[in-house]
Amino acid sequence: MTDMNATSLDVTRDHYLALTRQRRLYGGLMLLVFVLLLASGFGIANERNAGGFLPGLPQIFDFPAEVVQEAWEKRANMPDHLANAFPALIETINIAAIATLTGGFGAVVLSLLSTRGLAPWPRLIPVFRRIMDLMRAIPEIVTALVLIYVLGGGPVPAAIAIALHTIGALGKLFSEVNENADLKPLEGLASVGATWFQRMVLALLPQVAPNWFSYALLRFEINIRASAILGFVGAGGIGYELKNAISWGQGKFDEAAAVFILLFLSIVFFDQLSSVVRNHLTHGSKKGVSQ
Amino acid sequence: MLDVKSLTKRFGSNAAVDNVSFTIDRPMMIGIIGRSGAGKSTFLRIMNRLTDASDGELCFEGRNVLTLTGKDKRDWQSDCAMIFQQFNLVPRMDVVSNVLHGTLGRHSTLTTMFNLYPEAEIHKAIDILDRLGIAEHAAKRAEALSGGQQQRVAIARALMQDPKVILADEPIASLDPMNAQTVMEALRRIHDEDGRMVIANLHTLDTARRYCDRIIGMRDGRVVFDGTPEQLTTGVARDIYGAGADFSEAATSTEIRDHDAVVTEEIRAAEVAL
Repeated sequence: MTDMNATSLDVTRDHYLALTRQRRLYGGLMLLVFVLLLASGFGIANERNAGGFLPGLPQIFDFPAEVVQEAWEKRANMPDHLANAFPALIETINIAAIATLTGGFGAVVLSLLSTRGLAPWPRLIPVFRRIMDLMRAIPEIVTALVLIYVLGGGPVPAAIAIALHTIGALGKLFSEVNENADLKPLEGLASVGATWFQRMVLALLPQVAPNWFSYALLRFEINIRASAILGFVGAGGIGYELKNAISWGQGKFDEAAAVFILLFLSIVFFDQLSSVVRNHLTHGSKKGVSQ
Repeated sequence: MLDVKSLTKRFGSNAAVDNVSFTIDRPMMIGIIGRSGAGKSTFLRIMNRLTDASDGELCFEGRNVLTLTGKDKRDWQSDCAMIFQQFNLVPRMDVVSNVLHGTLGRHSTLTTMFNLYPEAEIHKAIDILDRLGIAEHAAKRAEALSGGQQQRVAIARALMQDPKVILADEPIASLDPMNAQTVMEALRRIHDEDGRMVIANLHTLDTARRYCDRIIGMRDGRVVFDGTPEQLTTGVARDIYGAGADFSEAATSTEIRDHDAVVTEEIRAAEVAL
């Protein structure tokens, strides 16, 4: 009996050591492949680059330096420029807000339909997943260009384009949050005869709402940038102002600087806001727990 | 050896641990009992430095461990192993890796990141698992094991630290009676064979009486009982738990024993009380 135990322990030992060696080998190989890919990829990229990476490196700051210099020389105009660009900023933020809101609702619906264990029609999960993939795959700017061609320029096509992309991106994140939700409360409500909709609203939502909310806020930030970029293709807002100001040799770099400052401040503002709200959400959920 | 001097921990206005003092002069197995919220867990967490105390001292071998910082603090933590109610293993890593985590205090971040533990330590980890009777699960993921097995992995991780003290926070509260017995016997055996000090928070009185050399009763953050298992009568237990005359241990006992034996025990306890 003791002999048998000793042998089985030896077997366990050898088995585990073999496993460890295998893991280390794979880990080492992975590291090697990674380093080789990085090194060879750098070579290829550098050859194809027009100017070369290393010679171009010192010139990285030439353009920003010129912008800053020109903006500094005309710093007296700054308050005027800020005031002029502010309405455009509001428009940009509005586009982002409406797109995040509508996209968020669409994402909730699609995420519930495409999460295993929650979906009312499990067989259609792949269909809803592919729909979201498609929405994510097409860049906002492409959708916006098509819609601007159809609907004409302005904020509406931009909002629709961003909302479509948001549905795909947030739906994916929401459905990952849903997958980590505890299914026991849902089972509890199913046992009292609740409908699918009641189960989702009363058992799932309280668990996932803070995470959904924080992802939606992150998406809002991203959408502010996206809606600013869409201004370049004629969707209005602060991107349009930026496009007019940033072209080289017009002497409007002071306006461009004003737009950058506004964009930066608004991103900082919404980042701070979202972290305050998120803190509040997590503290709210901790309330009532002793020790 | 261990000297606790007016230890206090306040959360806002209420004190979870309130002016606790006691001395332990040699390695023994100590059970801390008391109802939920009595400050048992907080005390163990303070001792392991997971929570900071508001006031007081906790001297181990003449050194106040509550003021340690940085490397000294981590060294103390590796000398003072902790076992949790919910095991606190890394569920997706294999059992041996979880046990090897006990040596993290001695290795650099880089070597542990790439899983480069010395072979001797891997052998030692498997030996410890064998001692606790779960060596055949060595290569499995921790999450694939039952609760009792996971708790023994947690004990193995604690042993891997080669600690002077083992703290166990409700080690058997999530386990069925059979597994609870295995785990408690493992803890007792570690104390008997290695001479390590074991401090365990316990939920059930019969467990405390059966396995511990000394029992400390806490109520509302204060020590209200400190003595041998024999001194812990039903009357004293009522005081600790703030229960009325209808309190009966047999009603909540989870120990696997004959009913007759429990009755005999109760009669004996009643005699002692008289």
